[in-house]
Amino acid sequence: MVDFRMPSLGADMEAGTLVEWLVKPGDWVKRGDIVAVVETQKGAIEIETFETGQVEGILVELNSKVPVGTPLARIRTEGEAKAAPVAALSPAAAPVISPPAPAAAPPAIPPAPAPVAPPPSPAVAPAAPARTRISPAARRLAEARSVDPATVTGSGPGGAITYADVARRAAEPTPSSERKRAPTLDLDAMRTAIAAAMARSKREIPHYYLAHQVDVTACEHWLSQKNAALPPDNRLLIGALTLKATALAAHSFPAFNGFYRDNKYEPSEAVHVGVAIAIRGGGLAAPALHDADQLSLDDLMSRMRDLVQRTRAGRIRSSEISDSTITVTSLGERGVETLYGIIYPPQVAIVGFGKVLVRPWVVDGAIGPRSVITITLSADHRVSDGHAGALFLTEIGKLLQEPDKL
Amino acid sequence: MQQEALQQGTIDTSYREAVRQAIRDAIMRDERVFLMGEDVGRYGGCYAVSKGLLAEFGPERIRDTPLSESGFTGAGIGAAMAGLRPIVELMTVNFSLLALDQILNTAATVRHMSGNQFGVPLVIRMATGAGRQLAAQHSHSLEGWYAHIPGIKVLAPATLEDARGMLWTALQDPDPVLIFENVMLYNITGNLAADAGPVNIDKAAVRRPGRDVSLITYGGSLWKTLEAATALAAEGIEAEVIDLRSLRPLDDATIMTSVTKTRRAVIIDEGWRSGSLAAEVAMRIVEQAFWELDAPIGRVCSEEVPIPYPRHLENAAIPQAPKIIAAAKAALGRA
Repeated sequence: MVDFRMPSLGADMEAGTLVEWLVKPGDWVKRGDIVAVVETQKGAIEIETFETGQVEGILVELNSKVPVGTPLARIRTEGEAKAAPVAALSPAAAPVISPPAPAAAPPAIPPAPAPVAPPPSPAVAPAAPARTRISPAARRLAEARSVDPATVTGSGPGGAITYADVARRAAEPTPSSERKRAPTLDLDAMRTAIAAAMARSKREIPHYYLAHQVDVTACEHWLSQKNAALPPDNRLLIGALTLKATALAAHSFPAFNGFYRDNKYEPSEAVHVGVAIAIRGGGLAAPALHDADQLSLDDLMSRMRDLVQRTRAGRIRSSEISDSTITVTSLGERGVETLYGIIYPPQVAIVGFGKVLVRPWVVDGAIGPRSVITITLSADHRVSDGHAGALFLTEIGKLLQEPDKL
Repeated sequence: MQQEALQQGTIDTSYREAVRQAIRDAIMRDERVFLMGEDVGRYGGCYAVSKGLLAEFGPERIRDTPLSESGFTGAGIGAAMAGLRPIVELMTVNFSLLALDQILNTAATVRHMSGNQFGVPLVIRMATGAGRQLAAQHSHSLEGWYAHIPGIKVLAPATLEDARGMLWTALQDPDPVLIFENVMLYNITGNLAADAGPVNIDKAAVRRPGRDVSLITYGGSLWKTLEAATALAAEGIEAEVIDLRSLRPLDDATIMTSVTKTRRAVIIDEGWRSGSLAAEVAMRIVEQAFWELDAPIGRVCSEEVPIPYPRHLENAAIPQAPKIIAAAKAALGRA
């Protein structure tokens, strides 16, 4: 029996609101199935399960906001489900699943008579939900600003709500009670989340910045040839090439692909590239494109299209929110020459692509018009140095010289 | 402040030298002032604080005493009641236990017992603290005990300015003042204004401003706490360091102002934890600033063991910067 818990969809997420169940007790689920929709500051996120088994019980009601880690449902895993058919879930007496006991095994602890006085064991957490821990300063501020502590998640010792947590909550717009709970994008909440993540990044991460101009004329020629034979919906954009080149380079340069957590850098074997996607009205999200270094360009392009469409509709999957190991941000045709990104913690690098511009460029001793793109790197100086960053950027540039090999 | 001092001229000096100059200054300014204690004359003081003073001022003003703390402390009390302004040196707090009856039952109570007919304008100096491998009997930090006693004042100079300036102000007080000099401070050196003089003895000082957590300390722990604050700053935590300076009376206003700003407090005190001065400070914060708090108050005190002799165990037994850093982070929920 395993608990399906409220996942952490990014370092800055503290709680989420359960807005939709896509399964009901008795349903069979397999790893990767979308079982619920959770609304966070980043919008509505479809939550996948890591387990294969049978849903035994739903533990959280619709529209309740619960902290990260709270069990949402109980899933009887495959093996267990076969061993014991569905039993009604009773919170008072959780069924004990045990392997076939040897004959001589002593019985489980016999039911003891209820003790008259409560046992003096404060160390044992009671089954009832723990009371909200809120500091005296936070409690006073919550009263003054009419903030319900139940709607605040704590960042203090032991998860206690602090003064700053209440102040932050008080500064957020109050959700109206009539608010539509269907998947939507709350741009104000998203802005708050962006503010928190970016402020944390600039506060904690010593960024360094590098820029590199690369001739991408070869990419443009290759794309126009390839796209000539394709229907408009399947055509490749240069963004697919730059994304793939970045993913391949990230695989070769582990110092830019991973997470910096608890004063320690953990490089990632897999390359999940976060794709920065602008949202109309002023939002921004960077969901992960999983294993971007392994995908063919056609697959990559269709995955990018799907990701952009779903992100703008406010339906991102949980794994897409928290898995990115590096981020790519491109301004595209309406952009400018150069952009310097801010790293999304706990990642350690963000690669920026400016607008492709036609520039006078020296090729084989002669000046001619070439398509040039400026690639930038913002990287975490705790993990890598400018020398390694330069090699990494140069590698992306080299890969873009041979688009047919991407 | 440093610039100002440069303009007026500064001297390179040590804590030991600053205390010596304070004694010299007092003896020269006021003919009623004299120093007495074990080995303060010919030997120049156990920590060499009074070296040269016997030659300069003679045996009337610099008086060697027998090894009888109760006896010469009592003599100091009598001299003070009769109009003199004695400075009694008790060598170390460890030996002050032999004079405890005189301090607690006589010096601290005479004004009350005599219906205000007599006061005891006496200053008692003594060294305190561990860190010199003097083992379990000679490494006590009992200033917190003395701060328990009404009728006396208790000071803990931690800086050159305070080593130089607290003595004269203490001598002006109509009641007994105990000055605790941490043994690890005598050798610290630095710049002191050439014209450094008396300082107040009733205010705590903010030694480093900060917004995230108040680190409240005094005496020998001040420098470890400042070291911890520097390390915390490198991790983005701005700690405010408060030097209590006076342990009795405590400057509640400065403590509460700081805690109200930072909403978090850690108290660093070389005394043992149970019944410590740190406990008193923490309780005052709870009484006066409970609604300002964002986290449980933390304490870094000495381990509750007799102070060990081996250096590594002695260091482990008393507050050190890593423990202070850990306590500050815990208060911020960043343990």
